Amino acid sequence: MAAQKDTLLARYKDMFRIRRFEEEAARGYAKGKIGGFLHLYIGQESIAVGASATLKPDDYVFQTYRDHGTAIARGTSTRAAMAELYGKDPGISRGLGGSMHFFDPANGFYGGYGIIGGHVALAAGAAFKSKYKKEGTVSMCFFGEGATNIGGFHEGASLAGLWKLPMVLVCENNTYAMGTPFSRTSPVEDITKKAAGYGMASDRFDGHDVQEVEARIGAAVELARSGGGPTLIEILTYRFRGHSMSDPGKYRTSQEVEERKKRDPLKVTKTQLESLGCSEDEILALENQVEEEIADAVQFAEEAPPARHDVMERSVYAPSNYVYPPVGQP
Amino acid sequence: MLEEMRLDENIVLMGEEVGYYQGAYKVTQGLLEEFGSDRVVDTPIAEAGFAGIGIGAAMVGLRPIIEFMTWNFSFVAFDQIVQNAAKLYQMSAGQLQVPIVFRGPNGAAKQVSSQHSHAVEAFYTHVPGLWVCAPATPRDAKGLLKAAIRDNNPVIFLEGETLYGIKGEVPEVEEDEIIPIGKAAVAREGTDATIVTWGSPYYTSLAAAERLAGAGIECEIIDMRSLRPLDMETVLQSVRKTNRCVVVHEHWPYAGPGAEIVDGIQRDAMDHLDAPILRVTGQDVPMPYATNLEENVLPTEARVEEAVKQVCYRQ
Ligand SMILES: Cc1ncc(C[n+]2csc(CCOP(=O)(O)OP(=O)(O)O)c2C)c(N)n1
Repeated sequence: MAAQKDTLLARYKDMFRIRRFEEEAARGYAKGKIGGFLHLYIGQESIAVGASATLKPDDYVFQTYRDHGTAIARGTSTRAAMAELYGKDPGISRGLGGSMHFFDPANGFYGGYGIIGGHVALAAGAAFKSKYKKEGTVSMCFFGEGATNIGGFHEGASLAGLWKLPMVLVCENNTYAMGTPFSRTSPVEDITKKAAGYGMASDRFDGHDVQEVEARIGAAVELARSGGGPTLIEILTYRFRGHSMSDPGKYRTSQEVEERKKRDPLKVTKTQLESLGCSEDEILALENQVEEEIADAVQFAEEAPPARHDVMERSVYAPSNYVYPPVGQP
Repeated sequence: MLEEMRLDENIVLMGEEVGYYQGAYKVTQGLLEEFGSDRVVDTPIAEAGFAGIGIGAAMVGLRPIIEFMTWNFSFVAFDQIVQNAAKLYQMSAGQLQVPIVFRGPNGAAKQVSSQHSHAVEAFYTHVPGLWVCAPATPRDAKGLLKAAIRDNNPVIFLEGETLYGIKGEVPEVEEDEIIPIGKAAVAREGTDATIVTWGSPYYTSLAAAERLAGAGIECEIIDMRSLRPLDMETVLQSVRKTNRCVVVHEHWPYAGPGAEIVDGIQRDAMDHLDAPILRVTGQDVPMPYATNLEENVLPTEARVEEAVKQVCYRQ
């Protein structure tokens, strides 16, 4: 019980960190400090946090442009993340990528991708390497329900299934692809029906309970790690904000949004914590720590030096300095 | 589009968010209400699929307009456009035509970073069998789009993403003004140097020309409007008059229509040139996110000004 409480408190803190990071990002955007497209993850935090809890540091994670939450859950510092949004040199992609393109391989985060579908095959590629090198690592790929109609997804999933790659495909079904409800773009309501065609396992569940996310994704990760091949998981969730900052979200009623907010993963976890005997104060103390961290991240980003021209120019091509490993070594 | 769709029920429009959402950039506003969801078709995110469906339907008699939410997403449909749309007419020895328009916003917007900032004209002008249009003004956009829809070949129609807010006079329906594909326009007359451009950098060039006029240099601006076929005659006429030329475009400098224009000038107006032709282009790097970098990667007014002064030996 005490252990469960501590774990859940840690999960709550991780989710709260992402929530507060993004609320501040939205403010920075409104003030014109952050530009381009900003896709918020607010409402879906339980998935990034629950999923990351099942992974080891050297596992591979791939995400779409809606990537802040997943990167931070993997361990990207909020300073480096905020500096990236501000287009500053100490940003996690040195100000070259911006919101959609966080890259933090040191923390097992292999990127946010702007073009729908393609990264599913990339994640299968990481899983291929894992299997080839017998690493025992797992590749986890996140994508929206809107991605399940495109070739990149289909071909990546086909190959992952064919070659039994150690991969977990996590579809975050947040009900809308931009302004389009899933019912208008898919002939089947249940995405996991596609798993049969790829010869892979599947699972489908609601995503507002971080403990459930962790348990269910954990099972798929174990299957992949033990050589049992990939799993296609569909998690039903909801984004509370527009598709990006420029979307007023007129395609849904405020009633619908309010209804879904009752299952806000942070609220759900808070209630669970209370029933485990957690006090208001304990939670508040934790929240205050996060508030400080986020305020620090914003200040850091404000004061950081701008992105650099020479870094941009030098990073078009990698240096040609590869040498073959000595014979007999990996 | 509205005017053309009223004339021919074979014209159908297909793409992501073109219907209920009224277009990601509101270009298709009101079309669903007038024509219904059989003709204004919202698609899933499946560019290769709906580009292919458009081509297939065109082969057997429809005249589809396919909207890419932005041209950055056309690369997943590249195979359909290059291997099928562009080639079917010749491959079938003229037995099949592909009257289709692919259209959508092109080029960098603000800070949308490397995967969302392509000026794609170099990719598509490379391909025989495709026409490529890149209008800069509302009037040209309207007249050229009508020409594109009425053409019996696949047309790549590039709308500058940053130009959707530009306002300007457009002719009334009754005028039915068609701007022919492959005809450039002299957008500003001048005697000292020719600036050849199209799309968004047209406005950068105009602004630079105004400033140069203050310094006593009168630029002639040629707005290409179409990039395949290229109206070299209009360019050559101008260069023979001014004897100096700067080509301004957003796409990367390496190959593409910018280089093609320079090639045409050196071949057919060599004797008229008083200075090497210069190009002001997007820098040869993937587009960075940070605004301080992006600003300089795109062709700027200052760089255009500098290049014109250089060909006029005024520095
Ligand atoms: C190939 C491609 N086509 C179109 C787009 C434009 N686009 C960006 S996000 C989006 C909706 C995606 O919805 P979904 O996959 O459900 O993910 P969500 O944004 O809801 O997380 C679209 C159409 C794109 N990025 N890539």
